[in-house]
Amino acid sequence: MSVLAYLVSVWLFVVGIYGVVTSRHLVHLVICLAVAQSSTYVLLLGIGYRTGGQAPIFGDIPTSTPVVDPVVQSLTLTDVVVSATVSALLLALAVQAHRRFGSVDPDELNALRG
Amino acid sequence: MALAGLAVVVPLLAAAVLAGTTSLRARRVADLVALAAATAVTGLCVALVVRTSDHSIVSWMGGWHPRNGIALGIGLVADPLSAGLAAFASFLTVVALSIAWHQIDTAGHLFHALVLSFLAGMVGFCLAGDLFTAFVFFELMSVSAYALAGFRVEERAPIEGSLSFAITNSVGSLLLLIGIALIYGRTGALNLAQIGVALTHRPPDALVAVTFALIACGFFVKAAIVPFHFWMADAYAVAPTSISLLFAGAMSELGLYAIARIYWSAFAGPLGPHIDTLRDILLILGVATALVGGVMCGGQRHLKRLLAFATVAHMGILLCGVALLTHDALAGVAVFVVGDGLVKASLFVAVGALEHRRGSVDEVALYGRGRDLRALGTVFAVAGLALAALPPFGPFLGRAMIEDAATTEGRGWVAPLLLIASGLVGGAVLRVVRTVFLGRGPVPPEHPACRDADGGDELDRDPGTPVATIVAGALLLMAGLAWGLVPGLVDAATSAAARFTDHLGYVNLVLHDAPQAAAAAPGHPPTGTAFLYGAASSLLAILVAAARTVPEGPLRPLHSGRIGDYVAYAMVGAAAVAVVFATTLV
Repeated sequence: MSVLAYLVSVWLFVVGIYGVVTSRHLVHLVICLAVAQSSTYVLLLGIGYRTGGQAPIFGDIPTSTPVVDPVVQSLTLTDVVVSATVSALLLALAVQAHRRFGSVDPDELNALRG
Repeated sequence: MALAGLAVVVPLLAAAVLAGTTSLRARRVADLVALAAATAVTGLCVALVVRTSDHSIVSWMGGWHPRNGIALGIGLVADPLSAGLAAFASFLTVVALSIAWHQIDTAGHLFHALVLSFLAGMVGFCLAGDLFTAFVFFELMSVSAYALAGFRVEERAPIEGSLSFAITNSVGSLLLLIGIALIYGRTGALNLAQIGVALTHRPPDALVAVTFALIACGFFVKAAIVPFHFWMADAYAVAPTSISLLFAGAMSELGLYAIARIYWSAFAGPLGPHIDTLRDILLILGVATALVGGVMCGGQRHLKRLLAFATVAHMGILLCGVALLTHDALAGVAVFVVGDGLVKASLFVAVGALEHRRGSVDEVALYGRGRDLRALGTVFAVAGLALAALPPFGPFLGRAMIEDAATTEGRGWVAPLLLIASGLVGGAVLRVVRTVFLGRGPVPPEHPACRDADGGDELDRDPGTPVATIVAGALLLMAGLAWGLVPGLVDAATSAAARFTDHLGYVNLVLHDAPQAAAAAPGHPPTGTAFLYGAASSLLAILVAAARTVPEGPLRPLHSGRIGDYVAYAMVGAAAVAVVFATTLV
């Protein structure tokens, strides 16, 4: 695997976190978090990639065929599920914040300080 | 053998039944089902502790045993410390559900379903033998916790607190997952024992050090170690009291437990030659956390925030115990987790009762209004002294064991600094006794940006405090005090910790099914110096409580409440830890 996947992963993480830190809109913030999360998908799949490897489904291919690593694929799937759960929860909170604060700017939520 | 699996399955099934069955929506039915499930899990975990008292047990789910040292299956590893922590977490869940019985704001079967999935996450996380399983249960626990923190979703503060909690901790989970991915890339293994073997065969390099840093930072967020701690006060202050109790007594501790487990099972081999450097780095983080928590604790007038910063300080003390990387210190950590957890739980119960009676958790609003609540005042006063490590009670015993271990390892500077942190925390709690229950002396200065959560909506509560709640608080407090007097506790904890820190024994147990030799390690009861330090921190607490002004220094403005700031601090902290690890541990 070329180094490209790792560079993409680092880039996604950095821009995602930059977005989270500077965000002025909760929905934008949740999407930025999802972007940062997708860096882990790329990283995991990059780690398990094998040049010339096939999908790790041994139904109709001989067991000696080189395949990509199925463990990281299942990790990625789990990660996607976790990410979806967190995003759904955060978006629900964002909707509720809009109702109660009349704003979705995280800087204008000011019930808590210090 | 099936005990470990059942301890995870029972709460999950009960949660699914509660969430999916409309006929169980009657409040008391949901209460009873949830309490029964949590009690059953406590029983299962206690049975595991008893079963593992002379040998640890590994259960392979679906019979996927390791072959030739390669573990593909999911193994749950129970030893006295992991099962003991799971038992303590489920016991606190029982307490939390009992307290919630009388809370109006926790009505609804979904609350119970969330508490049970939170419990399943904690138990599974304690017992997980591989990083993948640990991550899945960690996330189950985290997501349930975000929802529980924001459970009172019709109010403003819980929305903000839960958002801050969820976003900061999700970023922490990202760090953890990147660490897991990198270690899998290096070793081709997820099982901790197998990672340990793979890492031993190659000299450590920067990748291994950075990986350990990322995993540690992921857990530091959950454990609220400075500078990853900013979310904690927001989450604790807004969660229902029963849930704050569970967060403070069990969830944060699990973060540090994971660091100890992963170090001793996987990284002890490669990082062993640099153990002294690692000790110093972690000790500095621990002492900084303890002091920041102690100082911030003194400046709070919102009682739940005060207890949240007390928890930060205690996480610092616990990190010091983990940081020493010896079994004596780890035994102290185990003793401190239970003693401190019980005392802090009693304080949360007392704050909940106060809120119930007087409709506020704001020290200024409550000034002098607790004069006739003698029972609650007594709980606060005794708990404050116990948190200040007054000998010979539970929190003192744990702190003393950690301090003695630090001095034995040539880190004599740790004990006096932990003394100051404990004194500040105990002093803050005792100050509440002075202002709220005695109505004497000055209160902390009004902070311009400090607002009570939503003001009015806490006032229309039922004015009659259930006696059962106050009794529960008093019982928890007494248990926390008595914990320091349990005969044979020091020896038992030290033997359990010795087995926990036995890297080779763990590897052989998990990969080769070789019974782990019972490690008979003599315990060290607190030395005379430790008693002196305990007395000194209690004295300091009384002085702090009597003081007219509370210095809070430059720390407060950093706790801005901005989610972006919190994430930025965490990222800077993670980068710093990674750079320090990569340059010093190779």
